[in-house]
Amino acid sequence: MLRAALTIAKKDIYSELRTKQVLGTMIIFAGLVILVLSFAFDPANNTTKAVIPGAVWIIIVFSGILGLNRSLVSEQRNETMHGLMVAPMDASSIYLGKFMANFSMILIVEIVSIPFLFLLFDFKITGSILYFILVLFVGSFGFIAIGTFLAALASNSKSSEMLLPLLLFPMTSPVLIGVTQATKIILTNMEKLSTALSWMQLVAAYDVIFFVLCFLLIEYVLEV
Amino acid sequence: MSMNLEREKAPLPIVDLAPVKSSMLTKILYGGMVVSMLAAFYFIFMYAEVEKTMGAVQKIFYMHVPSAWVAFLAFFVTFVFSILFLIKRKRVYDTYAYVSAEIGVVFTAIVLTTGPIWAKSSWNTWWAWEPRLTTTLILFFLFMAYLMVRQMDGVWDKKARLAAVFGIIGFADVPIVFFAIRWWQSKFHPIVFGDGPSQEGGGIAPSMLVALLVTIAAFTFLYAYILHKGVSFENMKIKVGHYKEKLREKLEN
Repeated sequence: MLRAALTIAKKDIYSELRTKQVLGTMIIFAGLVILVLSFAFDPANNTTKAVIPGAVWIIIVFSGILGLNRSLVSEQRNETMHGLMVAPMDASSIYLGKFMANFSMILIVEIVSIPFLFLLFDFKITGSILYFILVLFVGSFGFIAIGTFLAALASNSKSSEMLLPLLLFPMTSPVLIGVTQATKIILTNMEKLSTALSWMQLVAAYDVIFFVLCFLLIEYVLEV
Repeated sequence: MSMNLEREKAPLPIVDLAPVKSSMLTKILYGGMVVSMLAAFYFIFMYAEVEKTMGAVQKIFYMHVPSAWVAFLAFFVTFVFSILFLIKRKRVYDTYAYVSAEIGVVFTAIVLTTGPIWAKSSWNTWWAWEPRLTTTLILFFLFMAYLMVRQMDGVWDKKARLAAVFGIIGFADVPIVFFAIRWWQSKFHPIVFGDGPSQEGGGIAPSMLVALLVTIAAFTFLYAYILHKGVSFENMKIKVGHYKEKLREKLEN
């Protein structure tokens, strides 16, 4: 199962590297979000520093949703989704493969855009970078896990681009709450690390629960 | 003329669907609903004492809490019937899940409108980002999304399958949402049953408790009645759809 998943992930990433369509769009969009944020919150103002931890997640969520939409809709164009379903493997390995491809893409977007955000807003990290990376990892994992699943669900609709955010945002609200709180503490106020760790535990618990749940239910979504 | 028409068109074949057995159950539910509603009004406005600090505004409490109860009940019913549908694949289960979700959304909307009206007079603010409020709001959005999944194009069993999956995940999400938001500390909502955390401000007068329980019973009857009616409407709709399909086939041939 893992091998099949890896094959699908590899296929997705190869085709992405060839066109660079989605990745490019996601990164440029992340840059645009930063630009809009600079209009919304005056970068010269000192209080803006307080919203930067939240801004990190605004970028991830908005550019993530672009990639998620593409990852399953692109399979629909030439009916390749049916090909995947007919192939001798579980539906869960399709999910796992798609998840891995999306996850690696969002990680690339994060690696590019978050330093860019800190640079442009002149944000000095006073906390620990290691923990920050951990938070990013845990948060993106949950967001992409449930996002890939819901993208598969929404791709059955003709207007999946409109449907996906409506499904995804309320569903991921626990992740977003937990992760923004943890990021805020880790980036600015390391004394409260224990609170941040318990937030991360909550998000990790969510990740596990929903990853398993999606694994079990994907069979019903990818049914012909 | 009419005779000719009748002879030309054979009576439509009867499609075998879940039979719409109305009479007895409908009557019982309707009667129970009317009686308990009237009783609830008596208990709310005549029997229950007027709250000391908030005054008559507190009466909205008897609408607010039962609506919230019905909303959660409805979503729970959706959850259960979604699981049943995925296991048994019977259309009735899907219809129950759908109608129950619709009712749940309506009652959540009632909760979300009566809540701020009450809050404005008792907390002096329309809204607070407090666990129960925020959870209810997210729940509302989740089941709106559920209804959006139902609006998708395609054959019914695909829609039913996807909606059932979403119903299960959405309901599983609710406790986690609640715990996540609870960490923002609850300050506003009084704990009605049992002792309040500070041993004051919580609790409820016996006459109010009676009124509340009667109202909850009345709202549960209302829910059961609407659910029953809604399902029979939905079944009729399906039947009419089948007839249309049959007629269309006949016209094409």
